[in-house]
Amino acid sequence: MTSKYETHENDVLIIGAGGAGLRAAVEALAQGASVGVVCKSLLGKAHTVMAEGGIAAAMGNVDSGDDWRTHFKDTMRGGKFLNNWRMAQLHAQESPDRIRELEQWGALFDRTDKGDILQRAFGGHTYKRLCHVGDRTGLEMIRTLQDRGVAQGIDVYMECTITGLLKDGDRIAGAFGYWREQGRFVIFKAKSVVIATGGIGKAWKVTSNSWECTGDGMALAYDAGAELLDMEFVQFHPTGMVWPPGVQGLLVTEAVRGEGGILRNKNGERFMEKYDPKRMELSTRDVVARSIYTEVKEGRGSPHGGAFLDISQKPAEYVKRKLPSMYHQFKELADVDITKGPMEVGPTCHYVMGGIRVDAETTASSVPGLFAAGEAAAGLHGANRLGGNSLSDLLVFGRRAGLAAAEYAKKSTAPNIDNAQIEAAEKQLLAPFERTTGENPYTIHQDLQEMLQSLVGIFRTADDLTRALGELEKFKARAALMRVEGSRLFNPGWHLSRDLRCMLTVAEAVARSAFARQESRGAHSRIDFPKTEDAWGKKNQVIAKKGEAMTLSEVPVREMPAELKQLLAEDK
Amino acid sequence: MSDVTVRVFRGDRNGGAPVDYKVPLTEGMVVLDALHSIQAHQAPDLAVRWNCKAAKCGSCSAEVNGRPRLACKTRMDSLPLDQPITVYPMKTFPLIKDLVTDVSWNYRVNAKIPPFTPRPGVEWKMYQRDVDRVQEFRKCIECFLCQDVCHVLREHHLQEEFGGPRFFVRTAGLDMHPLDGVSRVAMARKELGIGLCNITKCCTEVCPEEIHITDNAIIPMKERVVDEFYDPITMLVRKITGAKST
Repeated sequence: MTSKYETHENDVLIIGAGGAGLRAAVEALAQGASVGVVCKSLLGKAHTVMAEGGIAAAMGNVDSGDDWRTHFKDTMRGGKFLNNWRMAQLHAQESPDRIRELEQWGALFDRTDKGDILQRAFGGHTYKRLCHVGDRTGLEMIRTLQDRGVAQGIDVYMECTITGLLKDGDRIAGAFGYWREQGRFVIFKAKSVVIATGGIGKAWKVTSNSWECTGDGMALAYDAGAELLDMEFVQFHPTGMVWPPGVQGLLVTEAVRGEGGILRNKNGERFMEKYDPKRMELSTRDVVARSIYTEVKEGRGSPHGGAFLDISQKPAEYVKRKLPSMYHQFKELADVDITKGPMEVGPTCHYVMGGIRVDAETTASSVPGLFAAGEAAAGLHGANRLGGNSLSDLLVFGRRAGLAAAEYAKKSTAPNIDNAQIEAAEKQLLAPFERTTGENPYTIHQDLQEMLQSLVGIFRTADDLTRALGELEKFKARAALMRVEGSRLFNPGWHLSRDLRCMLTVAEAVARSAFARQESRGAHSRIDFPKTEDAWGKKNQVIAKKGEAMTLSEVPVREMPAELKQLLAEDK
Repeated sequence: MSDVTVRVFRGDRNGGAPVDYKVPLTEGMVVLDALHSIQAHQAPDLAVRWNCKAAKCGSCSAEVNGRPRLACKTRMDSLPLDQPITVYPMKTFPLIKDLVTDVSWNYRVNAKIPPFTPRPGVEWKMYQRDVDRVQEFRKCIECFLCQDVCHVLREHHLQEEFGGPRFFVRTAGLDMHPLDGVSRVAMARKELGIGLCNITKCCTEVCPEEIHITDNAIIPMKERVVDEFYDPITMLVRKITGAKST
């Protein structure tokens, strides 16, 4: 009945080939499932390669006092206690094993004098905790997982975009999409699906994220009936490049500060003394980003509207060895030698703490057979993520997702594919080709980025957010009428027309959640509600689709067991 | 600032031709910025791969003014702007569309290489001085520019017999891993045809990660092949014991 379309069948289908997707694939395969991984880019190019600073794990190789309890406490504090405590606990407990596993699969981390994995300091972490390879940790991780997965026998469907999840009644049945190369449609039939599609940063103008980060997985899951949690918490990384214009937003790793980098304003003042005298540059990202933003806004910024970040007090050879890609990035793209002078940096949209609401142990969403891990899922990081906790998140929950998805697949029968769902998806995808008038998707995307940047940024107000929600309605109307030129053969304009729909869904979820949360907490700063309110500390917000409408509700933060409460109370 | 002419190859498997686009020059602009500007304002269906825009993912490989380079790392002001800047797809790989080529052959070669296999019962201790040289190889971002420029692949089309610089780097990285217990020397010789490389160092010249591909990966692997297969004493032992060379 589906002979019209190319069809692939696996027990477990994983959408996304970054750290979480590949780790899930390796685990599902180890459980005996047949595994397909589908990704928008070539294998090995996912945004995980951009992760620079390191993977947080309480291994205690450098600071022997470290243990999972301290990592747990740091994560909960960084997340302003909105985190799912169980996820934070599992993450802190399991990260060291996940790192050792990577090493056993061939990863080569920087070493201590004793021959162990070296660990560096990072914002919000009590101890030196980040396992790293210079400033290219993400590349090491993705290459290791990719090699492992390929050697074990995953099916990889590269340069393929999933445009919708398929369901058989309530349960998941697979996914529908197109090959980017030819524009041909394709069906993936699967007993369980893991969403590991990463973030949403490409909806903002100044971002560290690549073209892939358009919130696809969240939008797919939302459309399939899953819930989104904590969407108001969008992390602006304090240090992105600010000049030249073409690289605005490009990440400058926190490892620069971890290795001793100092922030100054145009008057030469080390301004973090004012905002967080105790932790200074190694305060949490929300605090440092707001501090830089405030310095610039009050007229103390650098020539191109940022702050100065200086590591040149360290020996040049040390800087080149520990931060090689930063050295090259600034030298080649900005004509700055970071061993001799300061960089100019400013906040850049980097990460979303919110995402698909999942079960802590299994990463299961509310849709039977649908799982989610990594940035696409929510819960671990609460209101603000600590640097280094993302890569460990990918490993810990990527593995758990692969495990649970394989177990689910074992227990279930092959689903049925419903042709009507596919025909509707196909019609929607091809509509922009049929219009003779209408806007170019690039124009709409650019306007959306400008709008979110100015109305749903680091500091928010009810007025701005109300305006943003109004604007989003207009954007939806414009997107419904956009036009795509050319053929279906590798056509980026067409690809964007579809990614744009996902961005509009997640942008609305962010704006609605941000409007409703009348307090400031972690990465969510309301100028009109500057205080952190105890009452709001007991609530998470959930976005769900009811009919065609987006609805928002509150759910209580999960109660922590007494022994963990005790742990957090100890050194207050 | 003024406009620049960017001459971009447009076409697919059925043929194509360069097309000139006028692009407004901005400060610090790289070639990929120019391509994005063309996409946004003049040719929304212009096909180009890219991801990180920071020379970390190796997606935006192309031939700029005849030289294999990453478009995200090539500054416009490093090129002569009084004449058109030409941007062509990598020549060694079959064209899909515009600047996008079919690089799937690389993934097929890669799958043949035995993965990291730790020696049984090994202690997981390694020292920085022992991992330094392998870490150099692991910087590889798989942009395939070394494959593109290698004349064994580019001019002689020996894809069936030859793995290319990228996979000598990977093989060397695995063989030189302090805890690996498998030799890939025979495979470098036979399946990857390392003998066909005559060390012209073109690969090293274009590597955006500045990996010393020829000196640090290919030559040591060639030496291991010689030691294992052509060393007179080993050959004599083989003759006496009757062991066959692999």
